[in-house]
Amino acid sequence: MKRQTLIKAEEVFFRVIMFLSSMIIAATLFLIIFSIFYKGLPSLSWDMVSQTPKGGFYFGKEGGILNAIVGSIYLAGGSTLLSLAIGLPLALFLNINIVSKKRLVNAIRFFLDLLWGIPSIVYGAFGFTLMIYLGLKTSLLAGIITVTLFILPIMVRAMDEVIKTIPIGLLEASYSLGSTKSETAYRIFFRQTIPGIVTAILLSFGRAIGDAASVLFTTGYTDHMPTSLTQPTATLPLAIFFQLSVPIREVQNRAYASAAILVFIILIISILSRIFARKFQKNQIK
Amino acid sequence: MRVALVLVIILPFVIGIGLFLKSRLILQDVSLWELLFSSEWRPLSGKFGFFPFIVSSLWVTVLSLIIAGPICLLTAIHLTQYADNWVLKIMHPVIDILAGIPSVIYGVWGTLVIVPLISNHIAPLFHTDTSGYSILAGGVVLAVMIIPFVLNILIEVFKTIPIELTEASLSVGASKWQTIKLVHIRKAFPGIISAFGLGLSRSFGETIAVLMVVGNVSKIPGGVFEPGYPLPALIANNYGEMLSIPLYDSALMLAAFVLLIVVLLFNLASRILIIRTERYR
Repeated sequence: MKRQTLIKAEEVFFRVIMFLSSMIIAATLFLIIFSIFYKGLPSLSWDMVSQTPKGGFYFGKEGGILNAIVGSIYLAGGSTLLSLAIGLPLALFLNINIVSKKRLVNAIRFFLDLLWGIPSIVYGAFGFTLMIYLGLKTSLLAGIITVTLFILPIMVRAMDEVIKTIPIGLLEASYSLGSTKSETAYRIFFRQTIPGIVTAILLSFGRAIGDAASVLFTTGYTDHMPTSLTQPTATLPLAIFFQLSVPIREVQNRAYASAAILVFIILIISILSRIFARKFQKNQIK
Repeated sequence: MRVALVLVIILPFVIGIGLFLKSRLILQDVSLWELLFSSEWRPLSGKFGFFPFIVSSLWVTVLSLIIAGPICLLTAIHLTQYADNWVLKIMHPVIDILAGIPSVIYGVWGTLVIVPLISNHIAPLFHTDTSGYSILAGGVVLAVMIIPFVLNILIEVFKTIPIELTEASLSVGASKWQTIKLVHIRKAFPGIISAFGLGLSRSFGETIAVLMVVGNVSKIPGGVFEPGYPLPALIANNYGEMLSIPLYDSALMLAAFVLLIVVLLFNLASRILIIRTERYR
């Protein structure tokens, strides 16, 4: 009888700490978002999002962070488009053209997972050597190339997971009606999985807009608006990183405002991808 | 499509070879052994000892796993076995958003919350004095960053345990908790180890967030309240000046190369472990 109560007590004890650890994780997220908004929202004004920094390099007290917002959107948008152009055909190729070679497909998936694990600073350092090799200076273009390499495995794997769920019967039905491989890929598989693919694109966009270590060497930083692909370009993560280290309150406030905007963007991306993921689940053929 | 495939497959090799070629310059002068285990870091006089940075990296990485590991394990069991629907409804978006928050935001949060917390509240408990920018701050921030990552893998691992095992255990009279403790955890053990391995490698390569809270003093840290200077932070912090000195440039590229190799090996080992356990399910 005593043993029974001990066993019961142990279970209750562990259930309590398990529940607590879940709650710690949830509380940490709310603490992070709260602390960023608490610091950032008061500095957020129309001027902040509609003007570039005024005055000296890093040290101007006036102005806002429009250059970083625009730069980040250019960078993340450009690299997402570029990796979509490479990644979507690749993901479809894995699931249609070579789907019967199970070992090969699994080996490629394994490889992509390894690539996903490489830290972004390594991509940054590599992008930097590549840049010197190609004779590029720190520029938006160099940043887009580096970030594309960084998000490509993420995008392909995310799309692959989605396309993988299509039953083989659909492939066979499409072939039996006389469609070619590429018709099957783009008219059937792509259409069927559009919501899931949008989720994958959003995930990659989120990665691209938030990463600092890969753009640190390659995109550089400037107080000016980005005007061409060959110019250095400010990005939100680096706007946070650099301006926070300046011991002037007004400049630091710009960093906190940038942080609030970045979190806001990430939250919107997260909500959108939830909506699309739900849509995808509804469309799924069982 | 084939071109894209080839591009993806040769990419890690190209990265590795590119970084290696750049680091050859310094390897001609100094042996790898000396670089990795000497602790003298004076780039201007040509002394490049990576030892303090490697030790710092190990400190923050291991610390982050010590903090995140138990929390992830408990939460994963909770979410897969016990949690009510409302908890799941909260926790799934929470994990997703945590995974999506950029590292620089974690860094800002670290400087706003964790660093003052350590210097004002935690360090006095241990009767030490610190600015808060320390190994501990780096470990805590990293722990939060790898939680969603490790947790997602652990949830997948626990989901693959066949229901028959649970039924068999329950039918011979084990309680639910006994089943979890004696059957599930034992069955999932290789998966748990590999989830932790992947978490470690994620921690090891994380840059900006750590850089912002860890203090960046290039000496071997003596404890968790002292500042450290992990390898990725070293690379990120010195990119501006390295161009002027070829040897410096080469040394930092070597650091990136070492980082790449360590992370790839960890990833490889963990992923192979996962695949093998799934095969013998």
